[in-house]
Amino acid sequence: MAEKDWKPQILGIVCNWCSYAGADLAGSARTQYPPDIRIVRLMCTGRVDPLFIMKAFVDGADGVLVSGCHFGDCHYLEGNYKAAKRMFIMKSLLKNMGLEDKRLRMTFVSASEGAKWAVVVKDVVDTVTSLGPSPLKEFGH
Amino acid sequence: MAEKRTKKEPAAKKETKKPAAAKSTAKAPAHAAAPAVSPEKSLAKEARVGVYICHCGTNIAGSIDIPAVQEYAKTLKNVAHVDNYQYMCSTPGQKKIETDIKEHKLTGIVVAACSPRLHEPTFRMATKMGGLNPFRFEMANIREQGSWVHMHDREGATAKAQDAIRIAVAKASLLQDLIPKSVPVEKAAMVVGAGIAGMQAALDLANAGIKTYLIEKNPTIGGRMSQLDKTFPTLDCSQCILTPKMVDVGRAANIELMTYAEVDAVEGYIGNFDVTIRRKARGVLTPAEAEAKGIVGGGCNGCGDCDVVCPVIKPNPFEMGMKPRKAIYIYHPQVVPLIYTVDFDSCVKCGLCVDACGDKKAIDLEMKDELVKVKVGTAVLALGYDMFPIEKKEEWGYNKYENVVNSLEFERLICASGPTGGHLVRPSDGVTPKKVAFLLCAGSRDNTGVGMPYCSRFCCMYSLKHAHQIIEKIPGVQPYIFYMDIRSFGKMYEEFYYRIQDEGAKFMRGRVANILENPDTKNLVINAEDTLLNRPISLEVDMVVLAAAVQPSEDTDRTRKLFGVSKSMDGWLLEAHPKLNPCGTTTAGVFLAGVCQGPKDIPDTVASAEGAASAASIPIHIGEVELEPYFAQCIEEKCAGCGMCVNLCPYSALALVEKDGRKVMQVTEAKCKGCGTCGGFCPGGAIWMQHFATPQVVAQIDAFLLGGEQ
Repeated sequence: MAEKDWKPQILGIVCNWCSYAGADLAGSARTQYPPDIRIVRLMCTGRVDPLFIMKAFVDGADGVLVSGCHFGDCHYLEGNYKAAKRMFIMKSLLKNMGLEDKRLRMTFVSASEGAKWAVVVKDVVDTVTSLGPSPLKEFGH
Repeated sequence: MAEKRTKKEPAAKKETKKPAAAKSTAKAPAHAAAPAVSPEKSLAKEARVGVYICHCGTNIAGSIDIPAVQEYAKTLKNVAHVDNYQYMCSTPGQKKIETDIKEHKLTGIVVAACSPRLHEPTFRMATKMGGLNPFRFEMANIREQGSWVHMHDREGATAKAQDAIRIAVAKASLLQDLIPKSVPVEKAAMVVGAGIAGMQAALDLANAGIKTYLIEKNPTIGGRMSQLDKTFPTLDCSQCILTPKMVDVGRAANIELMTYAEVDAVEGYIGNFDVTIRRKARGVLTPAEAEAKGIVGGGCNGCGDCDVVCPVIKPNPFEMGMKPRKAIYIYHPQVVPLIYTVDFDSCVKCGLCVDACGDKKAIDLEMKDELVKVKVGTAVLALGYDMFPIEKKEEWGYNKYENVVNSLEFERLICASGPTGGHLVRPSDGVTPKKVAFLLCAGSRDNTGVGMPYCSRFCCMYSLKHAHQIIEKIPGVQPYIFYMDIRSFGKMYEEFYYRIQDEGAKFMRGRVANILENPDTKNLVINAEDTLLNRPISLEVDMVVLAAAVQPSEDTDRTRKLFGVSKSMDGWLLEAHPKLNPCGTTTAGVFLAGVCQGPKDIPDTVASAEGAASAASIPIHIGEVELEPYFAQCIEEKCAGCGMCVNLCPYSALALVEKDGRKVMQVTEAKCKGCGTCGGFCPGGAIWMQHFATPQVVAQIDAFLLGGEQ
């Protein structure tokens, strides 16, 4: 792999009410961050089926970011708690599969935290970039 | 890739011609029966997606190579038509969608433009006008999450836009017709908080013919405004202009006033909120309550005989603790309703008040909290503010030096109905001060991490008013105003500022470094820098007034969570859009009035309250609302009846039912809010989340990572 040109493929699964709105706010404030993330919007992180994470990694994603509302701020009361629990389990699963668990990250970005969204994305991109391409990439196709 | 997931049945494609899909409000079952065709099998087999790329002037086109994106979109699977336009949201832009749907027999629409939070409704409408079900539209956000955040990376932004469109096309290929559910709206509203904002909102709603529950945590309505002496810049007496409104609220037939009460629980959704209100034990019966108990002619008439005999003395919070009250009390003579309240935390239950009350039998020392349930269609939050605890800025000596007060305490000290009868005196010795310093931005615009970063917005103006008040009342007094900037932004405010300058107030631009007390005289020495003259100042004054910052009121956080309202970074409640929807929230049917959304002076507060009341009255007057049809459905052939989802649902919308000799899950659509927490967990993949179904989301993931070119 041409190490220098390699750009990570990162999937961002975000909730409609907090993190997607936060990402929009980063946009209207013109806060710049690296473009190496693609967003899938769900209504709530509670909707994040472990299957989505597995599918992304099997398809060759180098990283997955799940981002929702802060605890206590979930638009649907407690979807983010349930997502956080699932992500915890998913992380240990990834480890057992031989994949660095840092490739999966859950964050909490509210609708007013545009600047934080930019920091989070940059941080995720940096982390995944330092880990290099996913070893599962070969199996994707 | 996406295509492989669709099953044999040809299904919903024929809908293209059927405008009935657009006439959606008809009737949707309140309870879900099993759908006629399994939702999984009703996915379109042959998708024909139209893709539209918006330039948004140069907002998008400036950082993204539109022709390259357009050429790329043409290579995508299922894409039947690609176009671009300067402004897709304009009428000609929308017309393109409408005509192309017919001309190219499109089954799905993708617009790559701004955020769906902005223009999804616009393009859904265009899709509907073209004869397609509006939920066959998907947006690719290439502005807020594209061109605007990668302004200097044209290549990266273009690649991201291409991927975003590929992902959106994958989803649009699998979208289904959905019919929004229409539910009736309860013809009643609730306003939480009865300060000037809540009172105004409640009066407007009531005058519009809507039954309104007005909930106030304190024993009286009136809020912060009732504590003020005068109002800037007109110098109207605050109580004089407020009490008529308080009386109106008390008398309005459509307002059901609940003071000394708080919201305990909220269930439901726009049109149908079930709110539980805790009526705190007040220990005193109103005449109506007494009559209901068979005590004819009884109940509290506000005579105050109980007050006289009560042996317990406590500081009165209305007077900022500078005047005593009893354990059975009213805040001040103009309270509405004029009903006494027992403070059970300090009451010793001696029973003297009960004896004094006599035949009215208004006092019940064994009273308990009472829970009341009401149903409302919409709600307005008017939760108000508290003073920032300015003692945290230790350098200014609040709570340490007696003659340093905050501005709300000053309001009471200068107010004719206050603890000193309107004679401004120093707390240390009761002497009238001759030199008074006002410190602006005390805790506001503070980036030290101790105070608040925002401007509290009305402190400049009330401090000017304070300066005027002492000049008016105390001959020979000298006010000093320490300021950063004077923000006199409102109508006639700048003129008021000039007037105070002419009246002789001295203005010193500079933040005060510290205040020291002379222990003998209790005078205060202010050390600051005059940044206009570039020299240090050391000034001895008799009294200091800190124009402390304001912060969200104590139970703002608890109440907002009950209503599912978010907060901004600074703790004030988050509006749906800062410019275009400042009274709305992201929870449909819940609106914001007054300072709880951000610091406002009285005119802005009243305007915001009228706005919130107007917005809250609209769904009630229409009589029904459409809910987004994102609810869960059970794919019964896959459901194992394990019941995991039933426990996960935060809204108790799911239940297990017997069907054909086995247990399957059933959704009550009216209760389901569409979070998808059940769908994210179902081990058998038996839950179909409409519009966010597993095959649709997986198609998006696959499209991103495996590509979707033909």
